[in-house]
Amino acid sequence: MAAEAMPESIPPDSVGLVEPEHARFNTALTLECGRSLPGYELVYEAYGKPNSDRSNAILICHALSGTHHAAGYNSLTDRKPGWWDVCIGPGKPIDTNRFYVVCCNNLGGCHGSTGPTSINPATGEPYGADFPIITVQDWVHSQARLADHLGIETWAAIAGGSLGAMQAMQWAIEYPRRLRHAIVIAAAPRLSAQNIAFNEVARQAIRSDPDFHDGRYQSHQAIPRRGLMLARMLGHITYLSDKAMRAKFGRDLRRGKDDYDFHYEVEFEVESYLRYQGESFVEHFDANTYLLMTKALDYFDPAAAFGGDLTKALAGVSAQFLVVAFTSDWRFSPARSREIVRALLDGNKDVTYAEIEADHGHDAFLMPVPQYIDVLGTYMDKVAAEIGA
Amino acid sequence: MSGLRPDLQIVADWITPRSRVLDLGCGDGTLLRELQESRFVTGYGLEIDADNIGRCIRNGVNVIQTDLDQGLSDFAAGTFDYVVMTQTLQAVRRPNRLLDEMLRVGRIGIVTFPNFAFWRLRYHLAMLGRMPMSGALSYTWYETPNIHLCTIRDFEELCLQKDIRILEREVLSHDLRRPVIAGVLPNLLAEIAIYRFRRG
Repeated sequence: MAAEAMPESIPPDSVGLVEPEHARFNTALTLECGRSLPGYELVYEAYGKPNSDRSNAILICHALSGTHHAAGYNSLTDRKPGWWDVCIGPGKPIDTNRFYVVCCNNLGGCHGSTGPTSINPATGEPYGADFPIITVQDWVHSQARLADHLGIETWAAIAGGSLGAMQAMQWAIEYPRRLRHAIVIAAAPRLSAQNIAFNEVARQAIRSDPDFHDGRYQSHQAIPRRGLMLARMLGHITYLSDKAMRAKFGRDLRRGKDDYDFHYEVEFEVESYLRYQGESFVEHFDANTYLLMTKALDYFDPAAAFGGDLTKALAGVSAQFLVVAFTSDWRFSPARSREIVRALLDGNKDVTYAEIEADHGHDAFLMPVPQYIDVLGTYMDKVAAEIGA
Repeated sequence: MSGLRPDLQIVADWITPRSRVLDLGCGDGTLLRELQESRFVTGYGLEIDADNIGRCIRNGVNVIQTDLDQGLSDFAAGTFDYVVMTQTLQAVRRPNRLLDEMLRVGRIGIVTFPNFAFWRLRYHLAMLGRMPMSGALSYTWYETPNIHLCTIRDFEELCLQKDIRILEREVLSHDLRRPVIAGVLPNLLAEIAIYRFRRG
């Protein structure tokens, strides 16, 4: 029915038009920070059809600035499809003809799930800075309740890139019997000091913006635009490789310019790109959510509870792992993925590791890199075969 | 029955069922798959070639994309019953060190390699004055990955020096058959040598 209304511009290997759904949870959720949320809502999208025992369900976990909108289009006027459309759809690696694919906006997000912009039932005001700090573990707990709500006992696979991959790992640790495969792409077992340093600069950019008002900017009818924009610009630098930036922008001046003007306005293409990324980000992202997400990254360290021993942290997992890293990713380099692989090997776990030659940097996990698509697709064939999908 | 190549079949026959196996340079995972299916072994394959990673996944093999020249530091000592390396010894940067690594992470090592003293290769060099090429050595001199070729005598000499005890040796002639008069002049008649060994 909807298919007939679609313009020719929606490609046949797209999940097409999708609508987000909402799940409300009225049982309090105790958080790692010690506080608890009395109730919460998660917004999610689902693609494909569940089979009779719902054994063909795949959970997609999003990264720092991701949303529940992982594939397809929310409206015919959308300029771009969901963030992982490259990998999710009919005939794509995560094939919606075979799998039932679920992606939710994480708790603390700003796209419909309960977060800093939601109303705090205790005060009738937006949570703002009062929203508790959420960790990867908290996300996994909240996602497990979503699985219960959807009648999914065991996920065929849980997949994600970057911070999303950390959730897949945490799932395998916390609920070993509730997933068959963990697909961990462009990840690290914990952040390095350099990673945390970048996050801290991003946070300081936001928190030192005069419009931040200690996180209560909503009550002041303000938005810390400059800070959030700077944070995003900084982030973007870490998502790309030197080579990718050189190929994309080089030292090109903006169109129509042929010489330096000796001022501080935008002159180079790369400046224009970063400002555009920063400015458009401010339109659809909340500063408090950005702060929360970077803290969730910083705190993620499943080995910490085991004296820093990742092998011990992963000792109880029973999921099979696919770990994928990209050669030019310097944010979470292949060496960081190797730490995860090594811990799994130490524990005699099932693991496959692919190191994909790609120039895109950390962002490669969102790109249609042929070898990456092939490895992921082949692996998902195996996942499908196991469950008869 | 499996359709393994004769050299791989000999290797497979040497492996005890239900053991733990590490396959260095596992290619498309054919050997490990066969071992998993017929002998219920568990373990991993290490492979550097990107195209082979997908093939290994298709074969249901746990494969780690890695460069053997970086060593086996991802593995703790004594992790495996067998560490297997087929037709790869001659392509690594430090074969002598890799043999040590094999016997660090595994109890028993199994290697196969092309015997450079095979009479046909000798003929190539001695009579034709050309760098030898054969079924097992099918590359031209300028693009061969085989940078450390050795003979049966060379390998056994190295094992002696390293206090590596050879438990068994098999050889195959040019058509991958066992030579008619097995054990006679192996260094001349064998195209492929297959060894099972452990620390002396």
